[in-house]
Amino acid sequence: MVRSLWPRIEPLLLGVQKPARYIGGEQGASSPVHGGGKVAWLLCYPDVYEIGLPNQGLQILYELLNDRADALAERAYAPWVDMEQAMRATGVPLFSLENHLPARAFDVLAFNLSAELVYTNVLNMIDLAGVPIRSSQRASCDPLVVAGGHCTFNPEPLADFVDAFVVGDGEEVIGELSELLVRLLPATSGGSREEVLQELAMIPGVYVPSLYRPRYEEGRLAALERQPGAPAKVEKRTVADLAQWRYPRRQLVPVTEVVHDRLNVEVFRGCTRGCRFCQAGMVTRPVRERTRSQIREMIDEGLARTGYEEVALTSLSTADFSGVETLVGEVIGDPRYEGRVSVSLPSLRVDAFTVGTAAEIQRVRRTGLTFAPEGGTWRMRKVINKLISEEDLYSAVDAAFAQGWRRVKLYFLIGLPTERDEDVTAIADLGRRCAEIGHRYHRSVTVVASVGGFVPKPQTPFQWAPQDTAAELHRKIALLRGAARGVRGLTIRWHDPEASVAEGIASRGDRRVGAVIERVWRDGGTFQEWSERFELAKWEEALAAEGLSLDEIVHRPRERDECLPWAHVSAGLHPDFLWDDWQEALSGGTLEDCRWTPCYDCGACTGFGLEHVVASPRPPAGGSQGTCQDLDQGGRIPVHLGGVRR
Amino acid sequence: MNDPASVPAQRLRVRYSKIGKVRFTSHRDVVRMWERALRRSGLPVAWSGGFSPRPLLSFGHALATGAESLAEYLDVSLLPGAGDQFGWSAGDLGEPSVVARSSDALSAHLSRLLPEGVDVQVVAALRSGRGSLQQEVSSCSWKLEVLGLAAEELVSRVERLLAAPTALIERERKGRSALDDLRPAVLALSVEPRAGDGRHEPTHPGGQWLDAELATSPRGVRPSELLEVLGPGVALSRARRTHQWIERDGIRMEPLAVGGREAGAVAAHARGRAS
Repeated sequence: MVRSLWPRIEPLLLGVQKPARYIGGEQGASSPVHGGGKVAWLLCYPDVYEIGLPNQGLQILYELLNDRADALAERAYAPWVDMEQAMRATGVPLFSLENHLPARAFDVLAFNLSAELVYTNVLNMIDLAGVPIRSSQRASCDPLVVAGGHCTFNPEPLADFVDAFVVGDGEEVIGELSELLVRLLPATSGGSREEVLQELAMIPGVYVPSLYRPRYEEGRLAALERQPGAPAKVEKRTVADLAQWRYPRRQLVPVTEVVHDRLNVEVFRGCTRGCRFCQAGMVTRPVRERTRSQIREMIDEGLARTGYEEVALTSLSTADFSGVETLVGEVIGDPRYEGRVSVSLPSLRVDAFTVGTAAEIQRVRRTGLTFAPEGGTWRMRKVINKLISEEDLYSAVDAAFAQGWRRVKLYFLIGLPTERDEDVTAIADLGRRCAEIGHRYHRSVTVVASVGGFVPKPQTPFQWAPQDTAAELHRKIALLRGAARGVRGLTIRWHDPEASVAEGIASRGDRRVGAVIERVWRDGGTFQEWSERFELAKWEEALAAEGLSLDEIVHRPRERDECLPWAHVSAGLHPDFLWDDWQEALSGGTLEDCRWTPCYDCGACTGFGLEHVVASPRPPAGGSQGTCQDLDQGGRIPVHLGGVRR
Repeated sequence: MNDPASVPAQRLRVRYSKIGKVRFTSHRDVVRMWERALRRSGLPVAWSGGFSPRPLLSFGHALATGAESLAEYLDVSLLPGAGDQFGWSAGDLGEPSVVARSSDALSAHLSRLLPEGVDVQVVAALRSGRGSLQQEVSSCSWKLEVLGLAAEELVSRVERLLAAPTALIERERKGRSALDDLRPAVLALSVEPRAGDGRHEPTHPGGQWLDAELATSPRGVRPSELLEVLGPGVALSRARRTHQWIERDGIRMEPLAVGGREAGAVAAHARGRAS
C-alpha cells in the first residue's frame, strides 16, 4: 500500500507562497479508496491550482470516474516554481490533493490541455511524477499518460510525450477507457504496454501517436504513415444530448481563492456563429442546449449546496441561449434568494438588447461591461465573419453607459488575415466614438481597447493563414497607440506579441516541435503563459537547435494541398468546407448562423447523425444578433435603445 | 435587503478551531469559508447594504497562514428580532457577556458546513454593547514548536530575553526603518519540558515547544517576531494559538470558554439544513 506523502509535504508548505494550493479539502472532493481492481486516474491540470480548480471539464470527469465501480480519480495541479524547487530538493514527487499520494501510485496521468503555452508544464509534471517524459522510454510499470481538451485538435506537438489523446467531449469515452483499462492494465492483467495502446486506438476518438509515423520531404511534413489497424482518421467524440449529462453535480468549492470562484452552470455546448478565427466555435459543434428546467435545477441545487451567491451561465455565447432573459429573470426574481443572488454571463453579445439583460442581472454587483467586436472595420469583421455593425456596437455601448456603467472594455484581434493599417487605426476610432458616447452620460468614463495578436488555429478556416511576426505586431500596436494618443477616456492595452508567436509554434507545429518544447522545458521554461516567466528567446534558441524556423511553422501561408499536421484528427468539419470558408473570407463573403437558417453542411451534424438541440427555433430578440441576418424578431425588446436620460 | 442603518439587535459569538491541513489557508480564505457556511446555515444573519452585500461578521485578531488555533472567534450579527426565533431575548442577560449558550446542535451544524479542520466548539448569543473582539482581546497564548537549538541553549535564550529590559527589532514602516521594542508585549515565555503534547499530528523530531503569552496591543507580537528576538539559529516549525484573553475589571477571561457555565440553554434549530 502506498503511503501518503503528507508528512513530507507539510514542512515544505511553511516556505512557499499560497500553501493552500497544495492541501485539497474542497467541498465536493472525493477521498477514494485505492485497490480492489479499480483503475486509478490522476487528473492533472498543467497550471497552478487557482487557475485549474474551476475547470469544468476536469470536474465533470472527476465525478464520472468516482461514481464508477471500476475507477477512481484524484487531482493534481502544477506546483508553482517555489514549490517545485522545494519538492525537487527534498525528493517529493508530484502528488494528488485528495490522499496526497505520489503520482506513480496511479494507473493513468490524464492531462487537460486548454491552452498551448502550458505544454512545457505538462512535461514538467510528467517528470515530477518520476515518469520518463517520452512515451517511447516508458515501461509497462509506468503510468499511462493521456490528454484531452481543445488542444488535442492538433496533438502532434505533444505526440512524443503523450501515450494517447482523447479528442472531443469526454463524458462517454471516459467510461469506455476505464472499462478497457481495468481489463488490460499491466498491473492487473500482466498485458504489455503495446497491447494496451493498440486496444486504445480502437476506441473512437482516441489517438495513439506511436502508431503513426510522420514522413518529411524537403523539410516539410509529407504524410503520416500509420500501422495496420490504426484508424486513418480520428473523429472527435460528441455527446448528442447534454441533458443526459447533468454534471458537475457536486461542483468543487475550494478552501482558498481561485479564479471564477462561483457556481458555474454550462447552459449549452457548441457555437455556430461561425467566427472564422475561433477554434472553440469550430470544434464543439453542433449547438446542444440544456432545457431551462434542468438549468434551474442545477442552479437551485448548486447554490444551496455551495453557499455561493453568484452563478455564471457558461457557454461560448450565453446571450444566444434560447430564452436567456426568461431564465435570468426567474433566477434573480426567485424570492428564496432575497435579491442577493447575482447571475453573470461570461460573454456578451454586442447589441443593446444584451446590455439590457446585463443591466437587469448585474444590479447587485456592477463592475464593467466587455464586448468583443474583434475587428476595427466592417471589412475586417466580414473577413472574420463576426458581423457586428457599428450601429450594434454604438447602441450597445450607449445602452451600457445609459444604464450606469462607466467602464467598457472592447476586445480586438490584430494580425488578422488581409489586415491593412486602416483596420488597425480604426480600432482607435471605434474607441474614441465609444468614449464620446460615454461622455454624454458621465463626466469620466473608461473605454479600454484590448488587442491581442491573432494566432491561427487548427480545424478553423484560418488554419492556412500566415501569422504576423512579433515585429509586425509591435508596429501595428505602435500605430494604434499613436492613433489613440490624446483621446480622452480611451486606453489601449495589448498582449505580448512574443507570447503570440510561441503560441503559434505550439498551435500549428508538427511532431518535430515536441523536441522544441522539451528544450524550452529543460531550459527552465515552465509557466510560459505567465508573462514574468516567458521569454521568446528560449523558443527561438530551441527552434534553431532543432533546425526549424519560425517562418516555416508560424509565419508562412499554407497551401491547400499540403499535409497539415492535424489532418488525421477531425472535428467533423469537411476539409472542403473549411477551405471554401477560407476563400470566402479572402473575398469578403460571409456565412450565416445555421441555427436559424438552412444547413450549409459543415459536416459537424451530418457526419455524426446529430442535430442542433435548441429550445427555440427562433433566434433571441433584439439587435441584429451580430449576424446581420434578416431574422424574425423573436419577441419584444425589453430595454430602450439609446439613451434613456438624454 | 436589510436597511444598513439598522443596528442588529443581537450577535452570536462563535468559538472554533483551525487544525490540520486547513491551517495553510489565509485569514481571507477563512472569511470566505464562513460567509459560505453561514449562507447555507439558515441562520438569520444580518447583511451589509450597498452593491456587494456581505454577512456582517467580525473576526478577532487574524491568524497567520500556517498557524493552528484552538481558540478562534467570530461575531455574527443577526437580523433585528432574530434572536426571538432562537428563544433569546434581551431580558436573559446573565454573566458579563454571555446571555445564552447554544446547544451542541448548532455547533455541530455549523461544523458540518465548514471544511475539515475547522470545528465549532461553542456558540453563544452576545449581549449588545460589548466591544469588538479586536478591541477587547488583549493577549493570546501560544504553543510554538521550534527547531535548531539544543534544549539548554533554548532555555538560556528564553531567560536572557525575559531578563532584558528591551527587545528591539527593526521594521520598515512607510519606507523608513523603525526600531520596535517587543519586550513589553512578551507577557510570559517558557520552554515546555517535554516535546509536544502528541494531541495532533506528529511533531518534528528534535522539536521543542515554547509556551508564550503575547500581547496584542498596543504593539502586538507575532510568533515569528518572537523567534526573531530569540536570536539566530532558531526556526518556527509550528505555531498553535491555544487561548485568546480579554481583561475586564482586572479579571482575565476568554471571550467564550469551552465548557463554561450554561446560562440558559438555547433551542438552536437552524432552518433548512444543507450538507
